[in-house]
Amino acid sequence: MMPTDAPATPMLRLELTAISKQYPAVKANDRVSLRVAPGQIHAVLGENGAGKSTLMKIIYGAVRPDEGEIRWNGEPVAIRSPAEARQLGISMVYQHFSLFDTLTAAENVWLGLDKAGSLAEVSARIAQVSREYGLELDPQRPVHSLSVGERQRIEIVRALLTNPRLLILDEPTSVLTPQAVEKLFVTLRRLASEGCSILYISHKLDEIRALCHHCTVLRGGRVTGEVDPRTETNAGLSRLMIGAEPPPLQHREARPGEVALQVRGLALAKASPFGTDLRDIDFEVRAGEIVGIAGVSGNGQQELMAALSGEDARAPAGTVTLFGQDIGRAPPGARRALGLHFVPEERLGRGAVPTLSLAANTLLTRTEAVGRGGWLRMGRVRALAESLIRAFNVKAGGPKAAARSLSGGNLQKFIVGREIDAKPRLLIVSQPTWGVDVGAAAQIRGALLTLRDEGCAVLVVSEELDELFEIADRLLVIAQGRLSPGVATSKATVEMIGEWMSGLWPGADRAAGAGPLPEPAHA
Amino acid sequence: MLKLEARAQPSQAMSVASPLIALALTVLLAGLLFAALGKDPLKGLGIFFVEPLNGVRAVSEVLLKATPLILCALGLAVCYRSNVWNIGAEGQFLLGAIAGGGAALWLGHQGVGGPQGLYAPLVLLAGVVGGMAWAAITALLRDRCNASEILVSLMLVYVAQQLLNYLVFGPWKDPGGFNFPQTRTFEVATWLPALLPRSRLHWGFVLALVMVVLFWVFLFRSWRGYQLQVGGLAPAAARYAGFSARSSLWTALLVSGGMAGLAGAMEAAGPLRQLTPHVSTGYGFTAIIVCFVGRLHPLGIALAGVLLSMLLIGGELAQSRLGLPNALTGVFQGLLLFLLLACDTLINYRVRWKRGGLASTALPAAVVAKEGAA
Amino acid sequence: MNELALLVAATLASGTPLAIAGLGLLLGEKAGVLNLGAEGMMLVAAIAGFGAAFLTGSDTIAFAAGAAAGAAMAALFALLAIGLNTNQYATGLALSLFGAGFSAFVGVAFVGKKLPDRAPFELPLLADLPFFGPALFRQHPMVYVAIALVAALAWFLYRTRAGLVLRAVGESPESAHALGYPVRAIRLAAVVTGGALCGIAGAFLSVVYAPLWVEGLVAGRGWIALALTTFATWRPARVLLGAYLFGGVTMLQFALQGAGVEVSSQLLSMLPYLATIVVLALISRNPLWIRINMPASLGKPFHPGS
Repeated sequence: MMPTDAPATPMLRLELTAISKQYPAVKANDRVSLRVAPGQIHAVLGENGAGKSTLMKIIYGAVRPDEGEIRWNGEPVAIRSPAEARQLGISMVYQHFSLFDTLTAAENVWLGLDKAGSLAEVSARIAQVSREYGLELDPQRPVHSLSVGERQRIEIVRALLTNPRLLILDEPTSVLTPQAVEKLFVTLRRLASEGCSILYISHKLDEIRALCHHCTVLRGGRVTGEVDPRTETNAGLSRLMIGAEPPPLQHREARPGEVALQVRGLALAKASPFGTDLRDIDFEVRAGEIVGIAGVSGNGQQELMAALSGEDARAPAGTVTLFGQDIGRAPPGARRALGLHFVPEERLGRGAVPTLSLAANTLLTRTEAVGRGGWLRMGRVRALAESLIRAFNVKAGGPKAAARSLSGGNLQKFIVGREIDAKPRLLIVSQPTWGVDVGAAAQIRGALLTLRDEGCAVLVVSEELDELFEIADRLLVIAQGRLSPGVATSKATVEMIGEWMSGLWPGADRAAGAGPLPEPAHA
Repeated sequence: MLKLEARAQPSQAMSVASPLIALALTVLLAGLLFAALGKDPLKGLGIFFVEPLNGVRAVSEVLLKATPLILCALGLAVCYRSNVWNIGAEGQFLLGAIAGGGAALWLGHQGVGGPQGLYAPLVLLAGVVGGMAWAAITALLRDRCNASEILVSLMLVYVAQQLLNYLVFGPWKDPGGFNFPQTRTFEVATWLPALLPRSRLHWGFVLALVMVVLFWVFLFRSWRGYQLQVGGLAPAAARYAGFSARSSLWTALLVSGGMAGLAGAMEAAGPLRQLTPHVSTGYGFTAIIVCFVGRLHPLGIALAGVLLSMLLIGGELAQSRLGLPNALTGVFQGLLLFLLLACDTLINYRVRWKRGGLASTALPAAVVAKEGAA
Repeated sequence: MNELALLVAATLASGTPLAIAGLGLLLGEKAGVLNLGAEGMMLVAAIAGFGAAFLTGSDTIAFAAGAAAGAAMAALFALLAIGLNTNQYATGLALSLFGAGFSAFVGVAFVGKKLPDRAPFELPLLADLPFFGPALFRQHPMVYVAIALVAALAWFLYRTRAGLVLRAVGESPESAHALGYPVRAIRLAAVVTGGALCGIAGAFLSVVYAPLWVEGLVAGRGWIALALTTFATWRPARVLLGAYLFGGVTMLQFALQGAGVEVSSQLLSMLPYLATIVVLALISRNPLWIRINMPASLGKPFHPGS
């Protein structure tokens, strides 16, 4: 492997020196250095917006740096495109998959390979690799019929087929149950032992400490530390990542009051060909408590949210009631009038219109400024936006700023603020801190807790188990369109919830009469 | 090389400047075209941009032609802002002319009399209903069957043209008209009231101006207008807010159909005072260009309507003065729209000159890969 | 019987330009680009083809001129819609309006001109078959080219890697870009090739089918070709089927007139357009089916580097 006349220090697989990248609004990478040894599992830790993605795009050839040097196995290189990166032996598994829904798994892999044989040859190699590494995959299935975990396997198999010398994984576990995460780690350790280096991008401290040999920490585009995570504590890593330990959230005992939302026997056929049917959904949310719904994406969360928010108004009579009133068929406006407010997971395009100003965006859910005959009182609209910007610490260029000019965290604060300011009696939030920096995330979670303490009922759907354990009083799990029974957070463990995410909760209906057995949701 | 860089905020300045830049470029290209055709560029440009404004009579003709353009374009602006691609305004225009003309003929048959313009409101109302009904077909098929409004509304244009031909060649043909395909001339009472003596300009022009103001209020100060535009900009956000996509679709099509129908009836009862196969000289399509050049904004549409009206008249003048085919106008219109769309990119993007990234001493990755498959 | 054979023959001829244009548009749409400028492209190609045929007397040059004109118009569209990311609908419309004006302008010199007579083309032996001879085998070569084109396109799209890449680009340009494929170049190639095909269809109309030039010769066939791709749920063989269907409906009006049916000619002329509307209404009714078959990125702008 190494030449006999090698220099005293072992050759690094990948070395980045003083890499910088400037975007119009922000310096994404500021003189970043990275050293990855052969066969090393190297974590790149940082919160959202720290510059991890940009750095990976530079390594992968999708973006060119403004300054700095890249060395591959000791030789300086210029990586001008993903194809060149692949030729070097660099392979990337994205957080958001580059897959084509209507094509088969084999076709998807074939497209991702530069020089491949025929489709049949590739299918055979897929079968072989997936057996070898324990990543079950049927090459002939169309991607749209696969679960999220299975889709990730396509990405990984595709990367493995290129015989990579450096594999980059971007937040790979956000779509996996805890058990599936363990299986992935086994695969990665095996790869590393074969000499392949692994760059593991994540913000999950426990995983990094369990898996990785080395860790580079990024904050605000700069490297704040290079450590061995096995010898560090979560607090230490956290300090490097955000400059301080995360502010502890004030916890008060929940005092649940009357039933705000009651869902009984809700069943809904999927609205789009690639969706999930909802079956037998039964739960309730009381005033003054936070209920969390956990689950890997693609298990019916979107369908459930749409049914509750009113975007999908097909629920049969009596299945969804709010403070005793049947709202199953009510449109969003009517539900808001009864006190139900919703924050969707997509900010731009659904929670806010990207090209409209913040002021105009308040009108989406706040109609106080609409006068008689439909006249818009623009003065009042602007005033509301200004007060939201102030109250929720939104960094923006004023109420006239276009929604798309805000960072993810700030826009989320604005949208969450818009709904909280409406004094809801039930607030439903989907993925509250997805893609949001740690500071803003803490603010948002704090705001949700305050809301709960004031007597509002809160329902949070999140893929981040840590978040739910932190703020929810009761936990439910959604899997394959079904909902588990509830459990108090204090009595739940990560392992248990992980099992439930695979549909294995006590009393799960596996009887033949329940229809064809669905695909397991876990990877 | 030139690269496009997205702006964080759409540029207000470019929003106004873009049509002007496009116009300037069109003028430039037009001049070149005149030269290529062997005509004096300045004379040619003068015919299109100066002659039409030469004197009160000339200006009145410009405003006369601008009226149907502005009316149609206002309705289309509502449609396009709602992301409803109605390109059948020409057909709705023709149905408005047919309906209005039919009403005028019927009123004449009933023997109405009176000063000019007494029954004009009825004729115009009929036109509005006719245009709306035609647009309603498109709305119904899109609503119930999910059929593309682009193709349906356009097919209906051809159907409308044949319908008009059928009527003026057949049942509505003037028996005393020497077998020409045209209807009887309408009764004076059904004509539009004249606005300016010794010109053809009628009160329809004032109505168009009033509509400009009303549409501005509708688009930018009304709750309905806001809902329509959100539906066009971000359909998922509109669903989240609870705005009814169906109701927006119908509103957009009925409004634009009604406006086009109004314009059609106005042409029939205004300058023409009868129905012929040539009631429209492509007003419905020119209105699309007016709409875009006017930035889908009522004020811009008013100005763009005047501009394109000048181009239409210029085309006629160019034919008689320079011997150039009238179709030249169509070329200029198309050019203007193209250049406008190209310039519009500058609203959302900045043009930057980009150089490469890494130091040139580094080897290309491909070379390294060949040399050492480590 | 002879009349039926002639009707079939006329249907094939009438459907051919629709088929060729429809296939050209299909290629672009499979890559995710909707080109509403079909009518304009066909008009410009028609006058280019007619002019070339009139000036040189050669069919081949005429079709080449038509293809070049169509490709040039498509390139103009691609420059804006793909290069500058302008709104595809508006840009396509602009192309149609420009094409209408431009073709009318250039065509003024050719109105009323006649092309030299053409020797009727017959497939030897086959043309003498009873019924099938006059029905199927006495067509201009372009009719057979259209059929071959269907097979070629189907093979390209579903049996080659390049075709798979094209379909992938249409399904998700973002994913294709992430994998390193030159999405814009691929779309450009598809659109320009499609434009060339639309150009051949336009030239066929003015040089073979009519054969003459008047303003607006194409009479909405470009728009019908656009409807065809939806009707065919983006599969080449069904484009041909649909084209012949519409060709048949167009011929129907003449057949009815010939049979002495007492309906005015203008109302009969509405038939092809009404048929298009009916077909669109029926086909589009199932949104789920459309979603599965329609290239997912059709009509949406693509921003590399977002």
